[in-house]
Amino acid sequence: MQSFTYARASALPDVLAAISQPGGIILAGGTELLNWMKEGIVAPERLVDINGISGLDRIETADRGLRIGALARMSDVAGHEAVARDYPVIAEALLKSASQQIRNMASMGGNLMQRTRCPYFRAEIELPCNKRRPGSGCSALAGEDRGMAIFGWSEACLATHPSDVAVALAALDAVVQVASSHGARDIPFLDFHRLPDDAPERETVLEPGEVITAIEVPASPAARRSHYLKIRERASYEFALVSAAVGLELEGSEISDVRIALGGMAAKPWRLSAAEQALHGIAISDAAALRRAVDGAFGDARPRRHNGFKVELVKRAIVRALQTAGDIA
Amino acid sequence: MSPIEITRRALLEGTAATAMITALPDHGASAQQTPTGGAGESELMVRLQINGKTHSLDLDIRSTLVDTLRERLGLTGTKKGCDRGECGACTVHIEGRRVLACMTLAAAAEGKEITTIEGLADGDTLHPVQSAFIGHDAFQCGFCTSGQIMSAVACIREGHAGTEADIREFMSGNLCRCSAYPQIVAAVKSAAQIQGI
Ligand SMILES: Cc1cc2nc3c(=O)[nH]c(=O)nc-3n(C[C@H](O)[C@H](O)[C@H](O)COP(=O)(O)OP(=O)(O)OC[C@H]3O[C@@H](n4cnc5c(N)ncnc54)[C@H](O)[C@@H]3O)c2cc1C
Ligand code: SF4
Ligand code: FES
Ligand code: FES
Repeated sequence: MQSFTYARASALPDVLAAISQPGGIILAGGTELLNWMKEGIVAPERLVDINGISGLDRIETADRGLRIGALARMSDVAGHEAVARDYPVIAEALLKSASQQIRNMASMGGNLMQRTRCPYFRAEIELPCNKRRPGSGCSALAGEDRGMAIFGWSEACLATHPSDVAVALAALDAVVQVASSHGARDIPFLDFHRLPDDAPERETVLEPGEVITAIEVPASPAARRSHYLKIRERASYEFALVSAAVGLELEGSEISDVRIALGGMAAKPWRLSAAEQALHGIAISDAAALRRAVDGAFGDARPRRHNGFKVELVKRAIVRALQTAGDIA
Repeated sequence: MSPIEITRRALLEGTAATAMITALPDHGASAQQTPTGGAGESELMVRLQINGKTHSLDLDIRSTLVDTLRERLGLTGTKKGCDRGECGACTVHIEGRRVLACMTLAAAAEGKEITTIEGLADGDTLHPVQSAFIGHDAFQCGFCTSGQIMSAVACIREGHAGTEADIREFMSGNLCRCSAYPQIVAAVKSAAQIQGI
């Protein structure tokens, strides 16, 4: 590990000033950053510890929505009574993430900034990977692609985004609030993460010098009737193979509003808007109709050699998640 | 030792430390840059509160808490398994919450109350969770055990030890290579009952 300097910030303006210069990086929970540094994936010159900034970890609920400070820990958000009641998909996604130790450390801001678990990217001895070293090639193209993306990948990178709670936030139309020394801006959640195109080393639209300050989630009946279904190869403490975050509003037994976002399918949470439209007016008890509406939304799915099974798996996950949210599974 | 490990070690030791700690403008931090040694090389003075005792140490800024506990303070009860946040062997409490010492920079733990397995017993009287692990044979080789116990103490305190399913879920961050899981679950369950939780 290359050496670095370490500084503790106790106010946001100090952080903004400190990272406006190249070579500076924020330390929140450290559960990603330390791994990257040990692996040689990044070698920052200056660590700016933001854990001492008071109020940045606040979780606030109001009638119109929820505001989660960037430094709120995953375990505290998951255990927050109003979050569990009014935004269950967020609490469930968090409780199914990592382990309690990691959730106690990891911040919500850091969670959104985590990078792919592609084994080539994380290799202890560096392998060709455009994310790790732009222009070096993609080892997954001719290699192991079982866990890779179905939607939105490019020849430059096939990787998926590993965050669970990002999928829940995408389903609920959250907004990411960011600040820099030039001011503040709001980024709609679906615009926050990037598809790889020809620059897979950039996972988000966050500009150098920008800091996430909070995540805002609007309240809605669909948020209150929401659910996260995570499919993985172990019962606990494992990243998703595929996942579905759904929110549902019913009139009688008919779907009047629905949100669907998928995890493990792309370099960003994948919102299934076409299925959302097709599901309007369908009875939640009509499993065949649910499945037809979902089927119709996979026109741009592009499975590769070994990950085609994910398409069927995620379709079933969506139907099951809808049924669970609708109290009929 | 595998060639991979040699490589990693070489990387870790290869670069000279040019460490320093600073407080950002106008806001205090207790840590200070304390230049020691020769040109361009400096270590960092860090004060750690561990099991009720304060330790002042000159540290390489890159030191993790697990390495500091083990290599500098001789507190080898905390184990280092994966060093990547994956196994839970290094679980300690910071401010009463269970966290991973391999994912914590020692400098970042300054000023916080740290508890390790060595700080759990009350003199010669074992903590109820320690006794429960012995009573239920909840280990074989013992490598994961201090992490399991630190995790279990917090798990019970959090109220996540009410059912076996809860225990299994909320203890999933502690892997046991010997697979003593049924005994671990039994030990945690009985300790939670003894503590009336
Ligand atoms: C073994 C293991 C299992 C895991 N399993 C899961 C899982 O199942 N599901 C899941 O979703 N995640 C999982 N994770 C990932 C975990 O959730 C992330 O590591 C964590 O959320 C990162 O947050 P942090 O605060 O520790 O970030 P840090 O490591 O402190 O930072 C990560 C990055 O984010 C940047 N950053 C941090 N805060 C901000 C901010 N406010 N503004 C801008 N940039 C910022 C940092 O500069 C750094 O680049 C797992 C991790 C491990 C180690
Ligand atoms: S899929 Fe992306 S992250 Fe994985 S090796 Fe290819 S470029 Fe790297
Ligand atoms: S050594 Fe820290 S989790 Fe494995
Ligand atoms: S007792 Fe051997 S690893 Fe758990």
